[in-house]
Amino acid sequence: MKLIQILDENGKYKADDLADIKEQEIRKMYRLMILTRLWNDKAMSLQRQGRLGTLASVRGQEASNVGMALALQAGDWFVPAFREYGSLFTLGISMKNQYRYWGGDERGNYIPEDKRVLPTCITVGAHLCHAAGMAVAAKTRGEKSMILSSSGDGSTSQGDFHESLNLAGLWKLPVVFVIQNNHWAISVPVEKQTATKTLAEKAAAYAIDGLRVDGNDVFAVYKTVKERADIARNEFKPALIELVTYRMGDHTTADDATRYRKPDLLKTWEKRDPIERVKKYLMKELDWSEEKDKELVEECTKEVEQAVKEYENSDMPEPETMFDYMYNEMPWHLKEQLEEVKELTQAGGKK
Amino acid sequence: MARKSMIQAINEALHQKMEDDETVVVLGEDVGIDGGVFRATLGLIDKFGESRVMDTPLAESSIVGAAIGMAINGLKPVAEIQFLGFIYQGFDQILCHAARYLHRSQGRYSIPMVVRAPYGAGVKALEHHSESTEAHFAHIPGLTVVIPSTPKDAKGLLISSIEHPGPVIYLEPKRLYRYKKEEVPEEIYRTPIGKAETVREGADITLVGWGGMIPVMQEAAEHVDNEGVDAEVIDLRTILPFDVETITKSVEKTGRLVIVHEAPRSFGVGAEIAAIVGERNLLHLLAPIQRVTGYDIIPPLSKLEDYNYPNSERVVKAIHKTMEF
Repeated sequence: MKLIQILDENGKYKADDLADIKEQEIRKMYRLMILTRLWNDKAMSLQRQGRLGTLASVRGQEASNVGMALALQAGDWFVPAFREYGSLFTLGISMKNQYRYWGGDERGNYIPEDKRVLPTCITVGAHLCHAAGMAVAAKTRGEKSMILSSSGDGSTSQGDFHESLNLAGLWKLPVVFVIQNNHWAISVPVEKQTATKTLAEKAAAYAIDGLRVDGNDVFAVYKTVKERADIARNEFKPALIELVTYRMGDHTTADDATRYRKPDLLKTWEKRDPIERVKKYLMKELDWSEEKDKELVEECTKEVEQAVKEYENSDMPEPETMFDYMYNEMPWHLKEQLEEVKELTQAGGKK
Repeated sequence: MARKSMIQAINEALHQKMEDDETVVVLGEDVGIDGGVFRATLGLIDKFGESRVMDTPLAESSIVGAAIGMAINGLKPVAEIQFLGFIYQGFDQILCHAARYLHRSQGRYSIPMVVRAPYGAGVKALEHHSESTEAHFAHIPGLTVVIPSTPKDAKGLLISSIEHPGPVIYLEPKRLYRYKKEEVPEEIYRTPIGKAETVREGADITLVGWGGMIPVMQEAAEHVDNEGVDAEVIDLRTILPFDVETITKSVEKTGRLVIVHEAPRSFGVGAEIAAIVGERNLLHLLAPIQRVTGYDIIPPLSKLEDYNYPNSERVVKAIHKTMEF
């Protein structure tokens, strides 16, 4: 299956394909990718210092993250797994709240009312069913919107992947399933996940279109997802899009990839870095310079530092809030158990 | 007011709520032209069309999972799982997602959905068609679990469940689907979730049960009445959160408690009720609490089904044991 690419690792690009991406959008993509990488690097460092909990590094997948989210229109929904910080920032979810969530504070998972984004889904693949159901609702209402889900290569082995794509194909739902194929499900390489050569070809089983995109090429990701989002929204034709990318970090901070991954593999993919190639393009075509680049990195670093500061200055969640939102109205047994907690905390046994 | 069976009452509730609220949709296996294998959804597809009455592929995880997505995006789905024994392929969606979205999203996403499933033995069915596993769902924080035992409650509780803002597991005692007819009000009405019903008042002993066990308990109560024992029969109606007040008040009065369920005994809902009564009513108790339940076995096929399914004889025996203590 053809790999869709607009910008290669050397900064060479297909001008025709790039024609309808505005300069302003390209600058925005670049900035968001840098912001995502800086947020992520800072998160890894905070975790090592014991200032943040376990989380999954998104290093290497910034183009996939940012490109797919930028392709959405107002009214569209984004249904993430757990390695989409860049998509969330692109959609206006706060960096501070993402630090809070991964720092163990559930308040960080709150999605503001004006955002059509679902909270982080840790179990693999289950949320694809939710995306399909949301698409049913949108179609039933005759609403012009679509649902974009994101999951990893491992998710394609799940029953929920099959069930969701089956439903989408059968009911012609306005949904696009993006697979960020980062080649690894913890220690299991994608070659051990499936006998098919690509993940995109699985779409054939559901009579929907499958597309394979260079996931480190933000232009190709953006353009392809945008085209398919428009088709899903306007023509009720779902799609499966495989973004071929690479997990440059460990699975999570609790993992050590040197146990199962040869370092040479990283070198190959370092050359395909999603940010470097856009920088090359900017230098060549948009009057970019090392100086401007440094300024941008500094500005983004400040933003990240501000988010860290706000996160670390957040108040500790009250123990009573464990009971919040279990039910729309708290039932008697939870009220009783809540009283137990209050007695303990008020007696000074807090934390 | 017309006399209706439980299955007719359920069907009527679905028709009326779909008329009343265009966001209510029905999905599941065979719910369309077939009207459901028990006919709970009969006639819905003719009236409301395929966009609101969805015959789904044979895939329970996506029946529940898609219903969650529909609920997030503004619909009120009523998903039918053909038999409770088949729900387990969708169990992850119930446990890990339906019950958690409200909390996970810190209040942003409510999941107003109902998962209906016929449960229980007594119809001489195949393997996986007789399970009574309400305890699995009652052990999931965030869920509401409802089980009616009469046509009237079946309608009122289903309407309340559809209008409930969170996920409700609505279990239907299939043995009682056509067991008897009773007067069922024509209009839309609500039977409150979380409230038990004392179906027979008595002074000597409290019997607590739900669903398919209610007729068994009533029969046992009539039997011991002839012997001069006045039994109170409580239909729990909601398993989670259950009506602790009604149970404890009754035990305060009678001092004796027998809990009846067809599910396996160990770690069942009866154990929870016994624990609560032990915590709150120890000094009111005149005898140890008894449980009459299915055994801790796989529900037997038809030849031996009746040996596992609690009958009034076993309930009477437990009443005698309690009275004689």
